[in-house]
Amino acid sequence: MGLAFFYIAGAVTLFGAIGVVVTRNVVYAALFLLVSLAGVAGTFVLLYAEFLALVQVLIYGGAIIIVILFGLMLTRTSEYEASGENRRWPFAALVSIGLFALLAYAFLADSALYNSSTREAISVEELGRELFEQWAVPFEIASLILIVALIGAVVIGRAAPEDDEPEPGPGSAP
Amino acid sequence: MMLIHFELLGAGLFCLGVYGVLARRSGVMILMAVELMLNAVNVNLVAFAAFRDIPTATGQVIAIFVITIAAAEVGLALAIIMRLFRSRGSVNVDQIDLMGG
Repeated sequence: MGLAFFYIAGAVTLFGAIGVVVTRNVVYAALFLLVSLAGVAGTFVLLYAEFLALVQVLIYGGAIIIVILFGLMLTRTSEYEASGENRRWPFAALVSIGLFALLAYAFLADSALYNSSTREAISVEELGRELFEQWAVPFEIASLILIVALIGAVVIGRAAPEDDEPEPGPGSAP
Repeated sequence: MMLIHFELLGAGLFCLGVYGVLARRSGVMILMAVELMLNAVNVNLVAFAAFRDIPTATGQVIAIFVITIAAAEVGLALAIIMRLFRSRGSVNVDQIDLMGG
């Protein structure tokens, strides 16, 4: 039963991921990414990580995809319809397939990975306790990184009057 | 379900992300491929944490940190892409060769 659910979640994940790297339409790519991330959330549920599945749907589905779609909307150019692969894509495919073959070979040879021991679910309470006791300092640093990234994004994304090249403006974008 | 199933899923997701980063031309597409790779890492972390003999939340905690950094990264990267678009009128990373790369 669990295995059937795993295959469904994995198929959804890989289908979305293939869609992201294959489609030529950027908006479709963002929606395929959403499908893939939902599949990963399903995988988290299978791994007894309900809180992470919730966070995955909230942060990725609710925030990151929206930000990416806003980014697409604000950088809409005519080249998007034709923005596919660069001319070195066969090399990229070779690297990707080779890396997968290497990883799969290493994984299949390792008998420790055939472990299917029954697990106990980790409750959200345990997760929170570990996060705020053992990982309290990294947690605070993560919040610092978030605020730095927020300020940095505002500073970088702001319209700067000293842009060295003339702004194309919204009029030039179709 | 065995651990190897999740490992192979993570490896497949990561390799698709590698292909996307290497082959796509649009900066936003590369950003999405990077998200795929980060999710592959998360699947690995959570799977290894779940299949441990002694149940521990450490893998899930690190996955939470990865998601946090991914959110920060997307915000910053999109700001940089928008700035590039404004000054150069393109998000094609092959045309961004100011530093002679």
